[in-house]
Amino acid sequence: MRVTTAALFAAIVWSSGAAATGDAGRGEEIYGRCLACHALAFDRVGPRHCGLFGRHAGSVAGFSYSAAMKNSTIVWNEKTLDRFLANPPKAVPGTTMTYAGIPDAGERADLIAYLKSACR
Amino acid sequence: MSFFKMSSPLAARRFFLQRSGAVLSGAAVALLAGRDALAAGSDKNGGKSHAGDVRILNTALAAELEAVAAYALGAKSGLLQKPVLDLAVTFQGHHKEHADVLSKTIQKLGGKPAEPKAQYSFPTDQLKSQADVLRFAAGLEKGAVSAYLGAVPLFAKRELSKAAASILGDEAMHWAVLRQAIGEQPVPSAFVS
Repeated sequence: MRVTTAALFAAIVWSSGAAATGDAGRGEEIYGRCLACHALAFDRVGPRHCGLFGRHAGSVAGFSYSAAMKNSTIVWNEKTLDRFLANPPKAVPGTTMTYAGIPDAGERADLIAYLKSACR
Repeated sequence: MSFFKMSSPLAARRFFLQRSGAVLSGAAVALLAGRDALAAGSDKNGGKSHAGDVRILNTALAAELEAVAAYALGAKSGLLQKPVLDLAVTFQGHHKEHADVLSKTIQKLGGKPAEPKAQYSFPTDQLKSQADVLRFAAGLEKGAVSAYLGAVPLFAKRELSKAAASILGDEAMHWAVLRQAIGEQPVPSAFVS
């Protein structure tokens, strides 16, 4: 019965597309991969990450975005970030974030958890 | 704690980049910019692959230009002692070579290379010692390794993937040497990510 319940729960989570709860500590380590281009509090090659959640893509004042990002109509949240981080060039063709992405859903969840917690 | 992971706004230091006077090695030029066939060859995707490759190269170029500026900041900080100072200047020279080759390749592919920014935001108020500067540089190099790793599979031209992997190898060596210099295990794992 336990197995059945667990399987049912897993099926519900999978079908809903909900991102797994991430570990912010592991996410901080994964964030090291972003440090060639990004910082939390200021713009670099890529835009700052503080204030990301709820922000419209391409909207940090003074940052020079690609037309693709500015026109993407994305609002950043767990779901849109998860999709983008999996494969940025596929999610937003023409983005200057020319990075193949993070294929592991668990790592993406960890990174998103870190991004949510880092600027509080 | 990496400087780039400080969540409060940090005071940026204003300074201007100097153009590199470094002479590119023949091998480096041949690696990227000397491949006329890349620019002159047919483009089965109607130019889209060139545009995509130029976009990847320009993102890499922008990061390399920032790295040159970061090493200039470290070298001029007065915090680095020989032989660490010499090491930083050597690594800066590598980044200048990367930037020059990337820029020439972008031009060969018909693109417009990114220019150095008039100023960069660096956590100067967090750099109090030689170890601080080295950790700062190590964080940049680690990020660069990941960035190139993420770029290698995206190129339409396989020659560019090979060239990017060559730069990746150089950045990884920088990262390892910097880790060693600050007393960390130089090669922490069998794979980079």
